[in-house]
Amino acid sequence: MSTRESRERLELLQGTLDLLILRTLIFGSQHGQGIARAIQQTSAEELLVEHGALYPALQRLEERAWISAKWGTSSNNRKARFYALTPAGRKQLARETTKWNRLTAAIGRVLEAEEG
Amino acid sequence: MFRRKREAGDFGAEIEAHIELEVERLREQGLGEEEARTAARRAFGNVTRAQENFYESGRWSWWDQFWQDIRYGVRMLRKAPGFTAVAVLTIALGIGATTAIFSLVDATLLHPLPYPNPEQLVSVQQDLPDVGAVDAGMSEPEWQDFARSGIFEYVSPIGGGDVNLTGWSQPARVRFYNIAPNYFALVGVKPQLGHSFNPEDHTPGFTLEVLLSDGLWKRDFGSDPGILGKSVRLDNDLYRVIGVMPPGYQDPGRTADERHIEMWLASGFAGAPAPVPQRDLRIFPEVIARIKSGLTVAQAQSRVDALVAALQKQFPVEYPSQNSRKVRLVPLKETIVGNARQTLILLLGAVGLVLLIGCVNVANLQLARASARGREMAIRQALGAPRSRLIRQLLTESLLLAFLGGIAGLAILLVAKPFLLRMVPQSLPQLNAVAINWTVLLFALVSSLVAGAIFGLAPALHAGKLDLTTALKEGTRGTSDSGEQARTRRVLVVTEFALSLVLMIAAGLLLRSFADLLNVRPGFNPQKVMALRMWLPVPNDPETDIYRRVEQEAPFLREIVRRGLTAPGVQEIALSDMAGVPLAHARTDLNPYALTLEGSATPSNQAPLVYASRVTPGYFHLLGITLLRGRFFGAADDEKASAVAVINEAFARTYLPDGDALGKHFKLNRVRGGSTNATWITVVGVVADARTESLADAGMPQIYLSLYQRTAKDLTILLRGQLDAAATPVAMREQVQTVNPELPVFGARMLNDAMSASLSERRFSMEIVALFGVTALLLAMLGIYGVISYIVNARTREIGIRLALGAQSRNILRMVLREGMTLAIAGAAVGLACALVVSHLMAGLLYGVRPTDPVTFAGVALLLIGVALLACYFPARRAIQVDPLTALRHD
Repeated sequence: MSTRESRERLELLQGTLDLLILRTLIFGSQHGQGIARAIQQTSAEELLVEHGALYPALQRLEERAWISAKWGTSSNNRKARFYALTPAGRKQLARETTKWNRLTAAIGRVLEAEEG
Repeated sequence: MFRRKREAGDFGAEIEAHIELEVERLREQGLGEEEARTAARRAFGNVTRAQENFYESGRWSWWDQFWQDIRYGVRMLRKAPGFTAVAVLTIALGIGATTAIFSLVDATLLHPLPYPNPEQLVSVQQDLPDVGAVDAGMSEPEWQDFARSGIFEYVSPIGGGDVNLTGWSQPARVRFYNIAPNYFALVGVKPQLGHSFNPEDHTPGFTLEVLLSDGLWKRDFGSDPGILGKSVRLDNDLYRVIGVMPPGYQDPGRTADERHIEMWLASGFAGAPAPVPQRDLRIFPEVIARIKSGLTVAQAQSRVDALVAALQKQFPVEYPSQNSRKVRLVPLKETIVGNARQTLILLLGAVGLVLLIGCVNVANLQLARASARGREMAIRQALGAPRSRLIRQLLTESLLLAFLGGIAGLAILLVAKPFLLRMVPQSLPQLNAVAINWTVLLFALVSSLVAGAIFGLAPALHAGKLDLTTALKEGTRGTSDSGEQARTRRVLVVTEFALSLVLMIAAGLLLRSFADLLNVRPGFNPQKVMALRMWLPVPNDPETDIYRRVEQEAPFLREIVRRGLTAPGVQEIALSDMAGVPLAHARTDLNPYALTLEGSATPSNQAPLVYASRVTPGYFHLLGITLLRGRFFGAADDEKASAVAVINEAFARTYLPDGDALGKHFKLNRVRGGSTNATWITVVGVVADARTESLADAGMPQIYLSLYQRTAKDLTILLRGQLDAAATPVAMREQVQTVNPELPVFGARMLNDAMSASLSERRFSMEIVALFGVTALLLAMLGIYGVISYIVNARTREIGIRLALGAQSRNILRMVLREGMTLAIAGAAVGLACALVVSHLMAGLLYGVRPTDPVTFAGVALLLIGVALLACYFPARRAIQVDPLTALRHD
């Protein structure tokens, strides 16, 4: 516990949380806590997701109809609100992923050029 | 749409669930309950902030704040019950009155006629520009031209009249429409009982079938369900009842009489008793039509123009020039409501002004209150409320006030509706019942909200401009008269005065018009004159008509005159046709004749149209019509003597301008029906013009013919003397029925009443506008009183100092009054300018006064300033009674 706390995590870049949520949901519907957990785990505990920030983002995505939500029961039999990707969300994810890849590639090239 | 998509509680539950899941996970990792919970909360971050974020991300905070404002507004209004009552009442009266007038406008102007596809219904009007005749009626062949043109679905002439209904209950006089068999197919209304005429029936002459109105069926036939197939006797002919029209059915007539017809008779017109068809024998006073579906009125009009041009080539004798004939298609609704439009728009304008003045008053009240609430506003602002938020709060309060006012106004209206409806004159067309329908409700709602926005804007903007420091400081001292606010209030009072002045001037002009009409010298004396109607039957077979020829009718008429004089109270008696009864006849009662003057070469079909009435010798003296030259009719001007006429001055001036009219000869050819073999008529007398057509019309050319020389069926008995409204008609009827028991005598009316009825629409609009004017004056008075009181209060300290320093109370009085007078005079000046514009717009409603009548303008302005002076005097008196010591300690 203490080790995890001491290790400094990366703050999320502005606007990337939406992309991560959409990406996480591609494996199936999940509740908020599960999404936060999944992001943290798949990023090998590198990314810090402040749980409180997660919900406004979910709210936003839901309003844009990229994800849909309904109450359900979690694996350990608890009530939770489950989010699922809508077809529109799937398309948005594809678009955003391409954009992100181009962006990181471009930034990577710039940084490498400077180093070299 | 104002429901939040997701409740805040739902959001909270989700967060709760999240934390529970996290706690569970942490405990699985081996943490204790407490530890896990703390860690989970820490990982989540600020729960409250997340919830606030959620709340603000929703668009619904606006709605919540709105409710908050409403709730707060209700509390504020409750805290100031006096203010609330006055404001709500002012708005209620304004909205109530505006909505009342609007419901009238809605029923008459905004609703289409209550027939299917009303936009296809037109009135077919024919002008004869060569002879200067407008809407001159139509002949049978001309009607047939249009009926066969393919432009119209149906075309039907409308003729009206009264008929003697006998053989059922009491002999009665019944108003009927004589129409083509396709009339009800044209109008598109089916009977409630039985069937209508066969629209394809083209049999000449009357079809011996009759349709009854619901009212007549209930009244005279006791709602007999077996009435169909039974026969009634009309002017001695038997007609079979084929149907009863539905209750509430009204014909598209121009006058109240024409809209409340009780019987419909169909006719093919071409055969007896109608005269032999002739192109220039225009027997139909009115023709209506339904345009073929798919054609617009404009398209139909251009086809009609083409048809008229073609017919002119085909019949060069009847239509000698391009200009001899013009046919206009007028939307039927226009012919019915056209005259009422100006009156209604005037009323709506007037009532709108009253509402506006009411708004200004409430705005003023609110400003006064706003200064009392300055501290509250300042504190809210100090606590971080943005200005936009304060403005919104005050506007919401105003809208709430307006809304309450609107509801109260509607409530007043609903209660007062039966009373108000009785005030509406019969002459206003009410084909659609006046009702509080959705349109009217929407109008009330929108006008309330607009009113609220108007009177809420000034106070709200003021709150927005509040200067925090001074407001808080002033607030502690209990006064808060910012110079700007006082300025706004002055502007409001000036506006109010200007609006009131406009309304009062409109009322003044209408009042003067009305007074002028009442005081007009009508050229006849209506006092103590009674008119009784009596109709000689017109059987379809002329051979059975016992009064067919003048030799048969004249002795009967002389007998009536002789016997009538024996009735109690009767001093004078005369007989005339309907056209001879002053101010009490319909357009269709008039008999237009084509005039041919001796020695003039005008072809008969281009002859000018003139109106004539047939009268017995006693007529002129009974009505007090002055003889100018020559003589009246005498007993010798009978059926055996040569034809004579008495003309009025206008006729002599117009048609016989050269030399003395006496002894001149002319011929009259009937334009509608009757024989055309006219004889020469000699002018034996010239009388002064009498306003028997309309009080507003001075000199209409008029011919009087001797009733002993020309027959008339539409007889009227005129009596003068000490008459009794109940007994005289009965006595007269007995006298008439001893001569012929089949004749009904009905429709007794004092000429005085007929005269005031002819002014009913004018009286209505004048009374309403005057009522509004007085209301406006009162509101303006309250407004200036409020402002001056307020100024005096705010300056109590200053006045105290002045008094303490030795100012005379006279000076103080003058100072306060000057303040008030400046406002009143400024308002009057603005108002006079506006009134000049408005009065020109209503010129058509005026009689005898010019729209710029200086007496009205000056009088009203002085009245208004006088009232303002009075309203300022009371606060001024308070000002000079200020005790310098108290005043100095005032703050």
